[in-house]
Amino acid sequence: MKNEELIPLEDFCHYYNVEIAFVQSLKDSGLISITSSERSLYIELDEMPQLEKLVRLHNDLEINLPGIETICHLLEKVEKLQHEILQLKNNSAKHAAQSF
Amino acid sequence: MDFVDYYSTLDVPKNASKEDIRKAYRKLARKYHPDVNPNDKEAHKKFQQINEANEVLSDPDKRKKYDQYGQDWKHADQFEQARQQQGRGGFGGSQAFDGGGFGGGGYTYSSADEGAFSDFFESLFGGSGGGGRRKRQSAFRGQDYTAELQLSLESAYATHKQTLTVNGKNVRITIPAGVENGQKIRLKGYGAPGANGGPAGDLYITFNIQNHTDYTRQGNDLYKTENVDLYTALLGGEKTIDTMGGKIKLKISPETQNGTKVRLKGKGFPVYKKEGSFGDLYITWNILLPTNLTEKEKQLFNELSKLSKS
Repeated sequence: MKNEELIPLEDFCHYYNVEIAFVQSLKDSGLISITSSERSLYIELDEMPQLEKLVRLHNDLEINLPGIETICHLLEKVEKLQHEILQLKNNSAKHAAQSF
Repeated sequence: MDFVDYYSTLDVPKNASKEDIRKAYRKLARKYHPDVNPNDKEAHKKFQQINEANEVLSDPDKRKKYDQYGQDWKHADQFEQARQQQGRGGFGGSQAFDGGGFGGGGYTYSSADEGAFSDFFESLFGGSGGGGRRKRQSAFRGQDYTAELQLSLESAYATHKQTLTVNGKNVRITIPAGVENGQKIRLKGYGAPGANGGPAGDLYITFNIQNHTDYTRQGNDLYKTENVDLYTALLGGEKTIDTMGGKIKLKISPETQNGTKVRLKGKGFPVYKKEGSFGDLYITWNILLPTNLTEKEKQLFNELSKLSKS
């Protein structure tokens, strides 16, 4: 992994004004992953959108960890259902086009 | 441009305390926040309205100005200009212009904030006469969109452009040759618009490649079975076959066995994003035995049979 794809956890927490313990508890809940390298903790660049979202839920909406976990599970379901609806819509549009 | 009732947006009375406003904002933000409403344009719009209402009502200076001008907001700038030119004397005693607190304010926009609020807000607070410093709002990245695109194997063979309609917006994309079934590509910035000037989300397109051809695709290699008659298989010859890149003539060696596989280098599927690079095409010969033999043919095959047994 290239160095520029890793963000030191400490820098992230400082910038977003969150406790390191909070990010670690997100990791313990399986909501994000943290990379360990040479005794330091890092966040992979690909993890950033998800982590930023969780921090926004925590900071902006004052949602605690159990609430964030619940929201994440429900969002996963919502997005899956939205995807299924999209697929079904695409299929029905395709069939309608074929029947003409 | 219409007057916006921020109190009704947050569903609070006009005499609501700062704490009441904070609570009402939190409650509505939890309901309409873009992060908890994926791909929901209406919720996104509603969140912007709530955010704008909170921006005004949670800031004492802005709330004061909003309460003072209220329905007369269209004239707010004129009132301000007149007041600055003539001093308070000209309007002294008029409750509408009393109170001050707006002049000389260092009211600035950051580029990230532009476009996030209504015209009403910009008109009332965005002019040079406006006072009070705006609290910087968090900029939210827009939601990512996902879409599925069905392609035929033939169309995935060549780089081509296609127009998609995503949430009512036409997006013209270039699909590189060699795209795989199930492959996902990201179009940066084609997702939902961000809130408070945040960047737009991305559009993820998953390709669903339908294969209605005689070819089987495995990665960049293609597999196909071709029929060859018994006599050509026995004695050798030539056969013209179709490949995805056009017709080619193949030599068939004498005594070719049924199920023999030949590899045609570089005649397979294009390698994704490697122009001019192709996988291989594997042809399996399926030897067809003659049917409906004539008497003469039967006689000759019998002779052949006896010859091979002797």
